[in-house]
Amino acid sequence: MAESEIMEQGRESKEGLPFWLVGFFLLIVLPLLNVLPGAESPLHVSDFTLNLFGKFLAFAILALGLDLIWGYTGILSLGHGVFFGLGAYAIGMHMMLSIGTESVYGSALPDFMVWNQVKDLPLFWKPFHSAWLAVAAAILVPTAFAAIFGFLAFRSRIKGVYFSIITQALALSAWLVFNRNETNLGGTNGLTDFKTLFGLRLSEPGTQRALYVATVFCLGAAYLLCRWIIKSRTGKVLVAIRDSEQRVLFSGYSPANYKLFVFVVSAALAGLAGALYVPQVGIITPAQIGVLPSIEMVIWVAVGGRGTLAGAVLGAVGVNLGRSILTNHFPELWPFFLGGLFIAVVLFFPDGCVGLLRKLGGGWPSRKAGNGLDKPLAASDPR
Amino acid sequence: MKLLRIAMLGMLVLGGTVVAGAAEEPTTAPSAQAAPVSLEQALKDLASEDAAVQDAAVQLLIARGDAGLLPKLEAMRADGDRSLRMAIKPVMDLLKNKTKLASSEAEDRRSAAADMATLGHPIVLVWLEAARPMEQDRWVRYTIEESIGLIKLASDDPAVKAAAATKLGELHSQNAVPALKELAGPAAIPGQEPAIGSGAGEPSPEQALVAKAAREAIERIETWGSWTSAIETLFRGISLSSVLLLMALGLAIIFGLMGVINMAHGEFMMLGAYATFLTQEGFKALLPPGLFDYYFLLALPCSFLAAGLFGLLLEASLIRFLYGRPLETLLATWGVSLILIQGARVVFGDLTSVVAPSWLSGGMQVMVGVQLPYNRLFIIALASVCVLGIYFLLFRTGVGLKVRAVMQNRNMSACLAIPTRKVDAYTFAFGSGLAGLAGCALTLIGNVEPGLGQNYIVDSFMVVVTGGVGKLAGTIVASLGIGGLNKLLEPSFGAVYGKVFILVLVVLFLQWRPSGLFTIKGRHVES
Repeated sequence: MAESEIMEQGRESKEGLPFWLVGFFLLIVLPLLNVLPGAESPLHVSDFTLNLFGKFLAFAILALGLDLIWGYTGILSLGHGVFFGLGAYAIGMHMMLSIGTESVYGSALPDFMVWNQVKDLPLFWKPFHSAWLAVAAAILVPTAFAAIFGFLAFRSRIKGVYFSIITQALALSAWLVFNRNETNLGGTNGLTDFKTLFGLRLSEPGTQRALYVATVFCLGAAYLLCRWIIKSRTGKVLVAIRDSEQRVLFSGYSPANYKLFVFVVSAALAGLAGALYVPQVGIITPAQIGVLPSIEMVIWVAVGGRGTLAGAVLGAVGVNLGRSILTNHFPELWPFFLGGLFIAVVLFFPDGCVGLLRKLGGGWPSRKAGNGLDKPLAASDPR
Repeated sequence: MKLLRIAMLGMLVLGGTVVAGAAEEPTTAPSAQAAPVSLEQALKDLASEDAAVQDAAVQLLIARGDAGLLPKLEAMRADGDRSLRMAIKPVMDLLKNKTKLASSEAEDRRSAAADMATLGHPIVLVWLEAARPMEQDRWVRYTIEESIGLIKLASDDPAVKAAAATKLGELHSQNAVPALKELAGPAAIPGQEPAIGSGAGEPSPEQALVAKAAREAIERIETWGSWTSAIETLFRGISLSSVLLLMALGLAIIFGLMGVINMAHGEFMMLGAYATFLTQEGFKALLPPGLFDYYFLLALPCSFLAAGLFGLLLEASLIRFLYGRPLETLLATWGVSLILIQGARVVFGDLTSVVAPSWLSGGMQVMVGVQLPYNRLFIIALASVCVLGIYFLLFRTGVGLKVRAVMQNRNMSACLAIPTRKVDAYTFAFGSGLAGLAGCALTLIGNVEPGLGQNYIVDSFMVVVTGGVGKLAGTIVASLGIGGLNKLLEPSFGAVYGKVFILVLVVLFLQWRPSGLFTIKGRHVES
């Protein structure tokens, strides 16, 4: 452990450079390429592409949180789609309300409520008239929810696959509830047809550009936050929990509190991701928060390389890029590909792309502490 | 009250004979003018222009005809004119049902008795009354009584009506509720007194009596109805639990033995369902139709083997490399499940269905209004047999001893020359085969579709988590509990909130018992 600490400290300066380079590219170069060259220039980045990247980067924020809890703490959550969905729906609800009387039915109520013959705005929708409250809710609601759920789960020492299964059941339940019409969340069709956010028209390319830039900023901030956490003493305890929770427990720490903390942080990041995702994509439906999307999020991290923050970002962008290309050209094949990816990642490159790059290049300093994959069998499972 | 009953019963008897008399009357009265003397004569008279003659013929045919007449009537109907056809139709209906009422099949007699209530000819009452005392089968007799009650309920005599209403109430006849509600009038809603003086004016005392009898009957029937629906809910819960149990048993054994979470377990179930489907198609294509009903007997081992072999394959090619890494196994098997689902979708399309064999259709009537379908009973029986089989295998055979030994201490077992890897492989295949059986059973109550397993997988994982690992009893109790609760909560909460509620319950339950209902006791801090 000590050795890896030294390595990590030595690497800090090296890691800083790629961060700023990537940040510069995403924040300055891409938007400039979108604005400056004409549409016919080969360097031109279309509004569509920029928007697509904005979406991917929103996913990358979620992947960071997931990496924090899975890659570093060794807790596999299969319910992060729920926290993503809570954030997304919070902003979505605000945007539904800000449509006002521009809607198809000309009513101040959202369209789906008119269909469902809801006469008055339900009470829990009222706070979402305010944009700032909605933004706060997008982060605080998933945080609070994760705090309650995590408290119950970690207090009773639900761990390992048990935790995964419980969170998967959570995703299933959330999907079922959001699908219902009487919960007044838009049912199967979800929330869509948004017009404005903070008074800006969403159809304007400028607004989308601003959202993109905001997403990049948030991603940068999330990255720095995660890095700060894993570099801190808390981060060390988290990794220790991953490697042997018992020893941490017997050393006088309370793993439950640390686990709860990291679970809540990752839920907040997922909520933030959801909040950034919805205005860029323009729709949120229960299909995006169920069991399948939740487990897909895990594969982003796995493909990129868990236990490394850069890997999480890389994986989220890479897998989603692959997805949008494949589903466009061969929609039938995508499930095969995704399934194959699950198997291949686990069997052949457990360290993900980052691990692969390290092996190929050899220049990137490898982390001796490993990430739980090469642990001896006996230590992880006494059976 | 008792006096009233007796009086009513008396009226019932009287009324019965009055109606019966009325039924016989038409057959005797026209004899004065144009009485057809024989059935042949009556058949000829049917074509008569004279309405009275035709009518008399119809009555005679109904009263004295039998099944032998049906072909002749059918022939006449085929080339008769409209009036003839109109005349023959009721005769044929009545005679058909009369024949059926004398059939040796209880099911036929029952449907005849039920149909007669709707034919509306007074003579059926005579037939039914005649058939009642001779009937041996309890449920046919019930239907006969119900039909008699329904016919009398339409009588003109208020006393007969009231008696019939009371009788139907005693029979808990659901079929009578609409007619009874009509009789009970506007006060049919419980707790509301009849609105006196509204509309048509004061109801006569007889009418009031009928309405009162009808109201009482409705109340009785409805109380009974809530009981029967409770029993049916319970039954559906148990049969759902059986499917869950079949799924969860395999999962629990695999998880308990190897610490492996198999997300593709639901897809093994799907494989079993498709194996059943293929067996059915094979029987359809290759064997004479007479044998079709037996395909299901072959489908059971087929689905077990198909899923089991696939499990063996999966274990050898994937799971083997992932022992001791439960989370990775979870992800990899999820990938397998995605591929299998999409594969099934490409190969079989979206919706295929299996026709249940005829010996599993229908059901067993245990109480008035409670019918237990044979297919669900079969599933319950299958699950019970499997549980017994597994118990025997695990606790009474040498193989089971090895499995349990590996479950408890893998390294020590290996030291004692138990081939742990072989035990793993065969146990995995066995667990997968059980899921295949569950899939085969599921074809009896639902469609076969690629996403079949997904509907059950989360529930069966909850069963494993709640039941605890490595204990048969835990799995059984948990699947009964979760399956039963699912169905129990469905009527009041709706299926969705029921499921959510169950999740909350499970999470809270794990607060109290973190490692499930039943655990292997030991000195380890954690497993």
